[in-house]
Amino acid sequence: MKKYSRSDENVAMKLHYDVLRDDFSRAGEASSKIKNMLRQLAIDANILRRIAIATYEAEINLVIHSYGGSIDVYIKSDCIEIYVEDSGPGIENVELAMTKGFSTATNIAREMGFGAGMGLPNMEKVSDEFIIESERDKGTNIKMVVNY
Amino acid sequence: MLVSELVEKHGFKQLSGTDLNRKISNVYSCDLLSWVMAKGKHDTAWITVQTHNNILAVASLLEFACIIIPEGIKVDQEIIDKANEQEVVMLSSDKESFEIFKILYEAGIK
Repeated sequence: MKKYSRSDENVAMKLHYDVLRDDFSRAGEASSKIKNMLRQLAIDANILRRIAIATYEAEINLVIHSYGGSIDVYIKSDCIEIYVEDSGPGIENVELAMTKGFSTATNIAREMGFGAGMGLPNMEKVSDEFIIESERDKGTNIKMVVNY
Repeated sequence: MLVSELVEKHGFKQLSGTDLNRKISNVYSCDLLSWVMAKGKHDTAWITVQTHNNILAVASLLEFACIIIPEGIKVDQEIIDKANEQEVVMLSSDKESFEIFKILYEAGIK
């Protein structure tokens, strides 16, 4: 299995967004900015849609589950790479978290329509390459690659 | 069917946005946002009882034709202002989801 690592080779453009914990009022802002930026670069609509889903779900996860984190987007000539990193609390059982319908979201988040247990499965589904690494009390790193 | 027909012919109230000439090609109703992210298609009229600002991100990321808030559920002015900023068309109707489905089905969305 591939290990999580950033690959700086042949990056045409980098985008970076910080996402705060529990910031429901701004959740979705980073993914909207990413989408608008990519649209200006005339990226294909279907690719755009996959990136939008991947970054949105990642952003929501950072807001409802993490202590805060970041989303980095590397735009390359043949693909787009998305790196999601947070500073904890880490996922107890990654395999379980990847299961459709499994969620540890709070009741408040669920009442808002989050916590369907579809975030990570959606992210994996739209990615050509998906790597997730998590360590309890350290944090979670996710790499997603979408090829053109 | 165009979004404008819901307003002009069926008495839906326009809460936000300006582009009523958007074509509606699909209809979807769900209040779980990740389900909507997974299933939503272009030019969808999305019926949801959620009225917080995250529905705006979903609708704009997936380029939905409009959001329809059913059963006369009130939407805060703050959310309407944000919807205008993000150019998301929100409609409101006193009808239940099933009645809204029927209107859209009879208008040819099948």
